[in-house]
Amino acid sequence: MKDFIIPGLDGAPAFSDRDYGTPERHSQKMVTLTIDGFEVSVPEGTSVMRASNTLGITIPKLCATDNMEAWGSCRLCAVEIEGRRGTPASCTTPVTPGMVVHTQTAKLQKLRKGVMELYISDHPLDCLTCAANGDCELQDMAGAVGLRDVRYEAPADGGFQNHFLRKDASGAPNPEWLPKDDSNPYFTYDPAKCIVCSRCVRACEEVQGTFALTIEGRGFDSRVSAGMAGDTFLSSDCVSCGACVQACPTATLQEKSVIELGTPDRKVVTTCAYCGVGCSFEAEMKGDTVVRMTPWKHGKANRGHSCVKGRFAWGYATHKDRILDPMIRESINDPWEVVTWDEAITFAATKLRGIQAKYGVRAIGGITSSRCTNEETFLVQKMIRSVFGNNNTDTCARVCHSPTGYGLGRAFGTSAGTQDFDSVEHTDVVIVIGANPTDGHPVFASRLKKRLRQGAKLIVIDPRRIDLVRSAHIEASHHLPLRPGTNVAVVTALAHVIVTEGLYNEAFIRERCDWDEFLHYAEFVSQGRHSPEAIALLTGVDPQELRAAARLFARGGNGAIYYGLGVTEHSQGSTTVMGIANLAMLTGNIGRPGVGVNPLRGQNNVQGSCDMGSFPHELPGYRHVSQDTTREIFEKLWGAVLDKEPGLRIPNMLDAAVEGTFKGLYVQGEDILQSDPDTKHVSAGLAAMECVIVQDLFLNETANYAHVFLPGSTFLEKDGTFTNAERRINRVRRVMMPKNGYADWEVTMLLANAMGAGWTYTHPSQVMDEIAATTPTFAGVSYEFLEEKGSVQWPCNELHPEGTPIMHVDGFVRGKGRFIVTEYVATEERTGPRFPLLLTTGRILSQYNVGAQTRRTDNVAWHAEDRLEIHPHDAEVRGIKEGDWVRLASRAGETSLRALITDRVSPGVVYTTFHHPDTQANVITTDFSDWATNCPEYKVTAVQVALTNGPSDWQVDYGRQADLSRRILPAAE
Amino acid sequence: MPADVQKLVRMANQIATFFDTQPGDTQAAEVAAHLKSFWEPRMLQALYAHVDAGGAGLSPLVLQAVGRLREPV
Ligand code: SF4
Ligand code: SF4
Ligand code: SF4
Ligand code: FES
Repeated sequence: MKDFIIPGLDGAPAFSDRDYGTPERHSQKMVTLTIDGFEVSVPEGTSVMRASNTLGITIPKLCATDNMEAWGSCRLCAVEIEGRRGTPASCTTPVTPGMVVHTQTAKLQKLRKGVMELYISDHPLDCLTCAANGDCELQDMAGAVGLRDVRYEAPADGGFQNHFLRKDASGAPNPEWLPKDDSNPYFTYDPAKCIVCSRCVRACEEVQGTFALTIEGRGFDSRVSAGMAGDTFLSSDCVSCGACVQACPTATLQEKSVIELGTPDRKVVTTCAYCGVGCSFEAEMKGDTVVRMTPWKHGKANRGHSCVKGRFAWGYATHKDRILDPMIRESINDPWEVVTWDEAITFAATKLRGIQAKYGVRAIGGITSSRCTNEETFLVQKMIRSVFGNNNTDTCARVCHSPTGYGLGRAFGTSAGTQDFDSVEHTDVVIVIGANPTDGHPVFASRLKKRLRQGAKLIVIDPRRIDLVRSAHIEASHHLPLRPGTNVAVVTALAHVIVTEGLYNEAFIRERCDWDEFLHYAEFVSQGRHSPEAIALLTGVDPQELRAAARLFARGGNGAIYYGLGVTEHSQGSTTVMGIANLAMLTGNIGRPGVGVNPLRGQNNVQGSCDMGSFPHELPGYRHVSQDTTREIFEKLWGAVLDKEPGLRIPNMLDAAVEGTFKGLYVQGEDILQSDPDTKHVSAGLAAMECVIVQDLFLNETANYAHVFLPGSTFLEKDGTFTNAERRINRVRRVMMPKNGYADWEVTMLLANAMGAGWTYTHPSQVMDEIAATTPTFAGVSYEFLEEKGSVQWPCNELHPEGTPIMHVDGFVRGKGRFIVTEYVATEERTGPRFPLLLTTGRILSQYNVGAQTRRTDNVAWHAEDRLEIHPHDAEVRGIKEGDWVRLASRAGETSLRALITDRVSPGVVYTTFHHPDTQANVITTDFSDWATNCPEYKVTAVQVALTNGPSDWQVDYGRQADLSRRILPAAE
Repeated sequence: MPADVQKLVRMANQIATFFDTQPGDTQAAEVAAHLKSFWEPRMLQALYAHVDAGGAGLSPLVLQAVGRLREPV
């Protein structure tokens, strides 16, 4: 097996790096023309420049690039067209039938040289020491047009103006010169090198949708400017997505890592390890050092775009906090002792087997990681089921999207989203419910915003006024700011309006769904108690707005629903998911592009870890452990008898630990102490165990309670696959050797073998082959196939050899779609005199979940601490001012953090993020959970807020305990 | 009631509350199937033990479901 395969460089034309200059057009109508004597047919609307590129003829250009619309400002791309006067710009000239184009004539040559001469005359000639040397389009174009001399020279009297000399020839400071803007931690802006092509401005508008950049001034005075006068890149609205840096043809916008390290010498295509969008990147390398990560234009999830995390926040891989040697200790009060891999693995295996001998086979278990690869997850659950001999496996998806699996499984028959991300390009009305895509799923948000700017309508259902509700050139048609915990009531009321006003799609329902179930459901939702007016008091949502939103969704064309953890992390999470499925079926919005039910997954491989059988009741491919035929498949291959009873879920494991029947846990790449609710309960459970094995990059919070620490590896150090929120299986490729010595799958194999497994894998592709051989939805997947296609969306098998971008096209996987009655049941978590406010939680763009990685990068420039958002009214009655320390208390516990006063949250609601361990927001959250899946109810906690002086006693104690438990004995000489 | 039993009771009741709202006459069977599919044996045993101890706090539907689960097949 070859280690590095670089699509595009290895020849596959579908993955070529060529910049076609202008975006692709999708018209069915083809236009035929002749360019330099060659005939070519392209879709109507294509530019002459793009048409020429499809022939392999490159026309010089500076201001055009193929991920944004043409601008026509540099004039370098001039061509001659027979029968037309002058020299039109090929980037802005659409093709017409029979057109005859010449791209290279004496006239054009002269014109282009003149253009370049002008550009170069106002550009420093320090190419040899420039960071973009060898990677600069201005340099390339000077070569391409044959520029040999520049006739303009600065006269001695300083009269000639330029932007790049600090001082003119007479020694006077040049008023046109501006200093570099170094404020962004990851890239610089050097105005001296700017050619004002405006690619950056258009990238920020068209690709990212933030509108942070403008061109200020006119003519010679034009400048790129971030934000308002006086702003720097850091203080402006810029979200550091990197699109402008990518677009800049010169060194004006340049990655600091390239300035420091020089240009990369090879590229390896891989997948971001942060969120569920699953962006494809090129890791640009020098030796085994990453120089930069750039979004890959052929990545089907991101289409060449990225966010600050994937693009820039990979420095944690080499952070000094990373633990590279295994460590053990007898008791969690002891300091850690550094040992060899052999010792650590033997220690762990002996402990686990000892516990089983004493307390029974079911006294141990493990947690798979949604950040690790499919192959790694598969092996962990294989080890638990076939080596530990029980089904006590779970994953952090428990705490985020388990209700999605349950709800969609019941309604449609598959536990996954129905669309690909490209689908949004065909959507007319979007409902975003309980999700904050601009922060949680930024690249998807950019794609969504692009569609909204083209005129699609938006309905936001969220307690908080998220950025999407109103931002540059976007305004939601309706924002329903519901009280946390009332999702089911609102979703059912939407259905009430659609049914009682006769807006449902009867033909679709009759054909695709169970009609009797529909009739029953229709009768249920039609009851007056489900009307928007009847629930207004409960939900706080204006009934007229709700009615208008329902009508818009039902009548507005292709309707798509995107939802996130604000839906699932409730005691009725599964019910809301079913309610969402009902809405999609009622309106016939399933089974074609532009529609569907789309869970936005949190972590990079949440989808994959669920697919791979991480749940205690399901073998890979969502097949229940009680199915004899499924167990037989695995039993035969694995040579072990599998337990037919479901195992413990994470919260159940902790309960059982406190009771004393669960004693040993293997945790791969998760930090349950920080990410799971009710921290005190989690720590009590962990403390009650006799052997906790943590495998991670850093000594995370859970490791404070661990007896064995096995160093983990980063996504840069291993081969494998991730599956994103659109069921897309993307390759992760190793670009450097694991600094800790082993990839995570190898560590699992060491432990399993120490417990008698006898595994002999030498490459993750063999694990994928095993997955394909045992799991029907993956039957067609192999590494060879992925090399060829780039990526594939499961199901991929004989029925769907190319994978499945859109599901339920001709019928639901389960046969008939099921309408399920969704009765609102209030959570037991209620406000009262002691805890009058409702806390809900979320995340922000620059940090990632528990923040273990992003906190160890320069992303801290944007989010140094978690803050409590509180409405001005609630703040005022409590005497709280901006930035004050406040005590946040629930019946589970209390913590302190600083207040941020904002009307983004409604009165009665407070909001915080959970990225920093010092904050410990989960000390506050309770152990209430979703009825079907035990997914914790993070999104609703009754709390009180009051002024305080600083961190709470718990935080101080916790900090002390954490420091104590992180001591490491100096290595014995 | 000890905290762990209280928690099981709450979880079981939550499941019953959902299926109670569903049409037809299979609610008890659905609750039983859900418990069997998702609850680990020691959780079920603890629930049975609580039922034997009087089943305080459990909804009637849970009691019916437990009755079904324990019927010898
Ligand atoms: S980094 Fe992204 S958000 Fe910032 S200015 Fe550039 S394109 Fe705009
Ligand atoms: S900063 Fe770069 S992309 Fe932006 S206008 Fe200047 S040269 Fe063009
Ligand atoms: S964090 Fe998500 S959106 Fe950002 S680059 Fe990574 S996969 Fe893409
Ligand atoms: S590339 Fe066409 S005008 Fe600049």
